[in-house]
Amino acid sequence: MGHLVSSGPKVLVSADTVSANSVLDGLDPRSRIAAALAFAILIVSLKSLTVLALGFGLSVATLLATRLPVKATLRRMAAMDSFIVFMLVLLPFTVPGEALFFLFGFPFTFEGLLRAVEIGLKANAVILMLMVLVGTLEPVTLGHALHRLKTPETLVHLLMFTVRYISVLHQEYQRLRAAMKVRSFRLRNSLHTYKSIGYLVGMMLVRSVDRSERILAAMKCRGFNGAIPLLGAMRFSARDAVFTVVSALLAVTLVVLEWKIGAAY
Amino acid sequence: MHIVDGALSTEVLIAGTVLAAGGIALGLKKLPMEKIPVAGVLSATFFVASLIHVPIGPSSVHLILNGLAGLVLGWAAFPALFVGLLLQAVFFGFGGVTVLGINTLNIALPAVAVFYLCRHGIASHSPVVAAIWGGVGGALSIVLTTILVGAALAFSGDEFIPAAKLVLVTHIPVMAVEAVLTGFAVYLARKVKPDLFAGVEATAGGVQ
Repeated sequence: MGHLVSSGPKVLVSADTVSANSVLDGLDPRSRIAAALAFAILIVSLKSLTVLALGFGLSVATLLATRLPVKATLRRMAAMDSFIVFMLVLLPFTVPGEALFFLFGFPFTFEGLLRAVEIGLKANAVILMLMVLVGTLEPVTLGHALHRLKTPETLVHLLMFTVRYISVLHQEYQRLRAAMKVRSFRLRNSLHTYKSIGYLVGMMLVRSVDRSERILAAMKCRGFNGAIPLLGAMRFSARDAVFTVVSALLAVTLVVLEWKIGAAY
Repeated sequence: MHIVDGALSTEVLIAGTVLAAGGIALGLKKLPMEKIPVAGVLSATFFVASLIHVPIGPSSVHLILNGLAGLVLGWAAFPALFVGLLLQAVFFGFGGVTVLGINTLNIALPAVAVFYLCRHGIASHSPVVAAIWGGVGGALSIVLTTILVGAALAFSGDEFIPAAKLVLVTHIPVMAVEAVLTGFAVYLARKVKPDLFAGVEATAGGVQ
C-alpha cells in the first residue's frame, strides 16, 4: 500500500470538512453509517452473481452521485484487490467441479471461477459503499456519530485520540526519517536497516508516551471529567427519511431478485 | 493480512464479531479515563508504524507490530487495534465491514497472548535479555496471526486451505523481520525509558 501512504494520512489530517458531495452532505451521519452497515450485511448474505453485480452497480452509482473523485476512489478500491488477488486466483484450482482446462496438470474449474467472482464483487461493493458513505465524513464527526449510536464512551474517546494524533505522529515519523536520510540512511536488505527502523519505532513509542503524559496533564489542568462535549446537533431530517425509504426499497429489490433468480447465477 | 468481505462463512463472521467484542469490552474495562491519552496516542503510533515499509528480498512488507502493541498495551491492544482497523477500512478502503470483528481478533488476540507470555521477560534487568524476549514476542505474534487467519479461512471452506497454507509460508520472512525490529525497539525503549513496559495495563489494573 506504499503509493497510498502519501494520500492516506492526508484524509485524516484535514481538520475541515471535505464537502465533496452535495447529495450526502445534508444527511445525518448516523443514517450514512447505518446504511453502509446494512448494505454490507445484505451484500455478504447474497449468492446470485447477477444480484451481486447489481449491488456493485449500486455502490458505483452512489459514488457517481457524489462529487468524489471517481478515478482516485476506484484506484483506492483496486488497491485492496491487489491484496486478495492471489487468493482469488487460487480458487478456480481448489474448488472441486467441472474442469474447463488444465494448467500444469491442475484443473481450472468453472465453479471455482464463479466463487472467485462472487467474493471479488462482494468485497468491492461493500468497501466502495463504505468509503463513499462513511469515508467522506470528517473523522471527528464519525466519532460523534458513533457516540450517538451508543458506542461505549471510552471507545469513542480512544477513536478521537487516535484520529487526532495520527497526523501529529506521522509528521514526527517523517521528521525522524528525514534526520536519518541526511545521515545517509537508505532502506536495504540488511540488519542495519532493520536495526535502524527498530530503533525508530522504539523512539516513536518513547516520545508518544512522553507526549501522552503532557496531554493528560493539560487535560487535567482544564478539568476534563470524561464527558464528550458534542458540537453541533445531529437531526434525523426529512432528507434522511427519503434516504432511508429509498435504501430500504433498493434492499428489498435486491432480496426479491435474489429470490426470483435463485442461486442459479 | 486483512480478510475481505464475502470470503468467510456466516458462522466464522459471527464468532469473530462476538469474540472481538468481548476482547474490546475487556480492554475498555481496563482503561480508566487517565489512561485514555496514552492508549490513544499509542494506537496512533501503531497506525503510523503500520505505514512503514521495509524491504525483504526483492519485495517489501508493511509492518504489523502487533506483538509490540501487546507488550505495551496489554488487553487495551484490543480496542486500540480495532480503532486502527476501523479507520483503515473507512478512510483507506483496506479490509471490510462484516470482517471487522474477525480481523480485530486475528491481530489483537496474538498481541494479548504475547503480553502474557513475554511480559516477565521484557521486565528483565538486562536490556539484552528484554530485547530477546521482545524478538520472541514479535515473531510469535505474526505466527499466531497467520494461524488465526488460516483457521478463519479453513473453517469457511476447504477450498481456502491452499490459500491459508500459502499465507503461512509467505509470512515466514515477515516473522523474521518483525522479530528483529521488535527486539531492537524493545532494546531502545528499555534503555531510554525503562518504565515504558510497566505500561498501560500494569498501572491501570494493578496486574503485576
